[in-house]
Amino acid sequence: MAIKLKIDRQDVSVPEGTTVLDAAAEAGVHIPTLCHVPKVTSPGSCRVCLVEVEGARTLQPACVTPVMEGMVVRTHSKRARQGRQMSVELLLANHPWDCNACVRNGQCELQTLAQTLGITDVRFPYSREEIPVDTSTPAVVRDMNKCILCRRCVAVCQDVQDVGSLAPRARGFDTVIGAGAGENLCDAVCVQCGQCAAICPVGAIYEQDAIEDVWRALDDPEKHVVVQTAPAIRAALGECFGLEPGTSVTGKMVAALRRLGFAKVFDTNFTADLTIIEEGHELLTRLKTALVDKGEVSLPMFTSCSPGWINFMEHFYPGLLPNLSSCKSPQQMFGALAKTYYAEKEGIDPKDIVVVSVMPCTAKKFEADRDEMMDSGFKDVDYVLTTRELGRMIQEAGIDFMKLPDEEQDSPMGMSTGAADIFANTGGVMEAALRTVYEVVTGRELPMEKLHVTPIQGLSGLKEVALTFEKCQPDWSFLEGVTAKVAVAHGLSNARKVCDMVADGEGGYHFVEVMCCPGGCIGGGGQPRMTTDEVRQARIKAIYTEDEGRPMRKSHDNPAIDQIYKEFLGEPLGHKSHELLHTHYQAKAPA
Amino acid sequence: MAKPRAYVMVSVDADTVVIGAREVKTRLAAEIGGCGLGGEVRVLETGSFGPSDAGVVAAVLPDGVVYGNLTPERIPQLVEEHFVKGRPVKDWLLPGEHFLPDPENSDPRGQQYFGRIVLDNCGRIDPESIEEYIANDGYFALGKALAEMTPEALVEEVKASGLRGRGGAGFPTGLKWSFCASEQADIKYVICNADEGEPGTFKDRLIMEGDPHKVIEGMALCGYALGASQGYVYIRGEYKLSIERIRHAIEAARENGLLGKDIMGSGFDFDIAVKIGAGAYVCGEETALIESMEGKRGLPRVKPPFPAKAGFRGKPTNVNNVETLANIPFIIRNGAAQFHRIGDPGTPGTKVYTVLGHINRAGLIEVPTSVTLRDVLEDYAGGMRAGTFKMAQLGGTAGDLLDASMLDVPLNYDSLAKNGHSLGSGAILFMNETVKVCDFLHACMKFFAHESCGNCNPCRNGMEALLELTERLKQGAGYPGDIALMEELVMGMQSIAFCPLGQSPAAPVLSAVRYFRDEMLTGIDADAVRPRPEHTMRHLMKLAS
Repeated sequence: MAIKLKIDRQDVSVPEGTTVLDAAAEAGVHIPTLCHVPKVTSPGSCRVCLVEVEGARTLQPACVTPVMEGMVVRTHSKRARQGRQMSVELLLANHPWDCNACVRNGQCELQTLAQTLGITDVRFPYSREEIPVDTSTPAVVRDMNKCILCRRCVAVCQDVQDVGSLAPRARGFDTVIGAGAGENLCDAVCVQCGQCAAICPVGAIYEQDAIEDVWRALDDPEKHVVVQTAPAIRAALGECFGLEPGTSVTGKMVAALRRLGFAKVFDTNFTADLTIIEEGHELLTRLKTALVDKGEVSLPMFTSCSPGWINFMEHFYPGLLPNLSSCKSPQQMFGALAKTYYAEKEGIDPKDIVVVSVMPCTAKKFEADRDEMMDSGFKDVDYVLTTRELGRMIQEAGIDFMKLPDEEQDSPMGMSTGAADIFANTGGVMEAALRTVYEVVTGRELPMEKLHVTPIQGLSGLKEVALTFEKCQPDWSFLEGVTAKVAVAHGLSNARKVCDMVADGEGGYHFVEVMCCPGGCIGGGGQPRMTTDEVRQARIKAIYTEDEGRPMRKSHDNPAIDQIYKEFLGEPLGHKSHELLHTHYQAKAPA
Repeated sequence: MAKPRAYVMVSVDADTVVIGAREVKTRLAAEIGGCGLGGEVRVLETGSFGPSDAGVVAAVLPDGVVYGNLTPERIPQLVEEHFVKGRPVKDWLLPGEHFLPDPENSDPRGQQYFGRIVLDNCGRIDPESIEEYIANDGYFALGKALAEMTPEALVEEVKASGLRGRGGAGFPTGLKWSFCASEQADIKYVICNADEGEPGTFKDRLIMEGDPHKVIEGMALCGYALGASQGYVYIRGEYKLSIERIRHAIEAARENGLLGKDIMGSGFDFDIAVKIGAGAYVCGEETALIESMEGKRGLPRVKPPFPAKAGFRGKPTNVNNVETLANIPFIIRNGAAQFHRIGDPGTPGTKVYTVLGHINRAGLIEVPTSVTLRDVLEDYAGGMRAGTFKMAQLGGTAGDLLDASMLDVPLNYDSLAKNGHSLGSGAILFMNETVKVCDFLHACMKFFAHESCGNCNPCRNGMEALLELTERLKQGAGYPGDIALMEELVMGMQSIAFCPLGQSPAAPVLSAVRYFRDEMLTGIDADAVRPRPEHTMRHLMKLAS
């Protein structure tokens, strides 16, 4: 039913249930917000989006006030303006005044609000006591002195990720966002996904900065510094330079990395393709054990590319760890190979090689530090930068990003296919795997339009598809007529649902892709802010466009993969692969 | 057995229990028995008579004599003198006959008055005896409603009575009921808000301790009117005796078929459970109370949806204050018209207050809504104990400060609203000239700052700013413009804060400025200069390190 109301003297007609905020947007009126994030949280508690509703005693928060027939709304009356100013002035009163030296300077929502609302004075005293900055984890820093208690991080941690690490403690003015029962994240069950850092409006939660470490490596003439970029970076990095979300900047990104001084600009895509070969064979081996040898094997197999997801499994579902693919993530496969295969091939002492990753992810910083990730004999990946940090480095170096030419990655570890591109988004790893597995088993290309498995694309939380193998190749005849059922989940609250189903013996899945962050890596905790569903869709579209524009779109077509097996690894799941590309995870303290 | 010639009613409430009321009762029974008077004189427990500063109190009925400050040691002499020799012990008598549980004439000024409505049984019956409640017309209203009235008629009757919520906001009760009554749902809930948290207000506690069945009956009537089958009494955890007596009353009502399935054969099912609060002030706000009942952090909810539509567990829920519900049996038993004749026509009925401060008699009173602040002070509270009247705060910390110019305004929503004031929750604090306004305001702000839940920004940060502003004034170190800034802040908070808690400081602050601006100006240092905000921060950082 349509509801008619007046907003700032304009007649507006919107569906029942629309908020005043959205109705105003329809009418071309932008009402400022702070604690409200569409589809994530609307606690109505920051009191910034206040409007005057005729007949109401108090100002109403537009983000949670539903429209009503005949409602008369004034969004910028004197009372509404003063109310908003009072709210923001009160927030500013107890927010530190070191904006110039803040990581969010220039990109801070509170700063922007103060400017938009014309606040030029803060008349109330600062009364907060200093809280030590929490640098206890490799992923994120929490400076609760800057926290404005909007609780967006709490909503994302509790509701979107269902991890529940962050929660308010104490009461009133003493309220502080705590980690579990303690003050520091290291004391809590935290998966390091960084969604809190991505959603924080101010400088209170941000990634552990590796920029200085990377500069030091680049400045060191003894070091051979190579860089890999995750598939999701190319669809988001442009946002750091004012480009629209969903603008692909692969060529400019490569050029910028060269200008920053990296000796080789490689691509995590290369090891994404390699992951498909290893993981695909692992899946087929598990299926063979189950179907032919009738042996003990854990099915469904879960993907293992997402370190936040790995942490989640270790904490919450240690019983399902045997279901996890033993493949390392593409980042870690890359690191292990850069310090073995690449070092050998180029005749460089691996101790002089520094591997830098650019990731959309804060959990990757944690992953690179894991004890399991030293199979090359060194720390496989030395430093991890998020997309945001790379953006800052390019800015600091004075590189005019928009004027950069498009350049290509270096060989051989920069060569990849479209199947690797789509590792960036939810459903992508599964689609890439199906492209290869189906063709390996049947000898024919995946029979889907443009090779896309549409049922597992898009942003619904839990997706599934079934695929029947027919006319199989002789080696795989045991799969003849077998219908493989696969599922795709993104965001840990959805992952939890799948885990519960699997733990209860439900679902009947053979293979499950899980990405920790909503939308997959394109929505990672290290991506440019703010990642909304619209932004996710735009980035995903850019990724699929990249994929479709490639001459090679299936991992097994990548000649560099053939080459590495011939020159170095031998065969999929072979001895060397096991040594360098696979690992096992351990249960962590129960949640 | 012979009919007793006298009853000794010992007031046992949460305050007197800790100073030995039960020991006094035991000793009384023993001494009376020892004199061979056990068959003639019965010793009973009852609720509070009203006075809260008179130690252990006991009334002898039908003699109409009230003793205060009793101790077990005084009992032998008391029994000897009063019951054996037949002469009251004058030294221990309590002044102020109006605390006497006299239902016929409890208005000391002899005005026409229909007696107490809420407290009529307090101090007269044993709160742990359902028989005594029933003998005093208890559960008559419930029986009448179930036998003769439709739920709609019941809602209409409450509407017609003009009863307004006694929790502080004064919302018409019948209208509130009609919202929930019109909702369709598989289950609806009735909640009795007994989270009485306003400093100085403890009337709900004394009602529950003195006459718990009245609350139960009010809830059952509400449940019938609304089509609700489950009730909850949300009692703050500190109210141990209230919890005990309400639980006891629920048990007794169940045993007598007055709660549970098919009440009085009417087909109406209704039961009540007790939920215990953990003492946060904000949980008195009905949506925060519901959150707390659901086992969550007690934070107010976004409205709409209002509880009438989606309250406890998402179901239609009606929340009323203890005193509001305790008025319902009278209204149904005697009719709306009878109720409407009492007190002020805009706020019919009576109001129960706890009166305290620099007065001669502190305690619990129930007065018609037509009496003035002066009536309360002079007739009920026995005048000022020391000094002269300077101001009174009406309705707890979130209430207005009134000066002597308001002494003759009747204490009801409409008369007070005409003068720019509100009635509040039921506490009246009288203060003499020794209380400095700025000190008092600072104490109020301390309470609010402590109780702010911290969820919404204006309350969380605003209370802290008010704490600082009043502290400065208190020390005579206010910056020029601080009073205007404080007014701007509380008015702002009144229109932007999430829930009534954040809107509350406006009442004491604005009324203080209205009546005591000159005194507050003495808190300003004309030469003081407000530092730049970053400097106040650096100052604090230094202190912290």
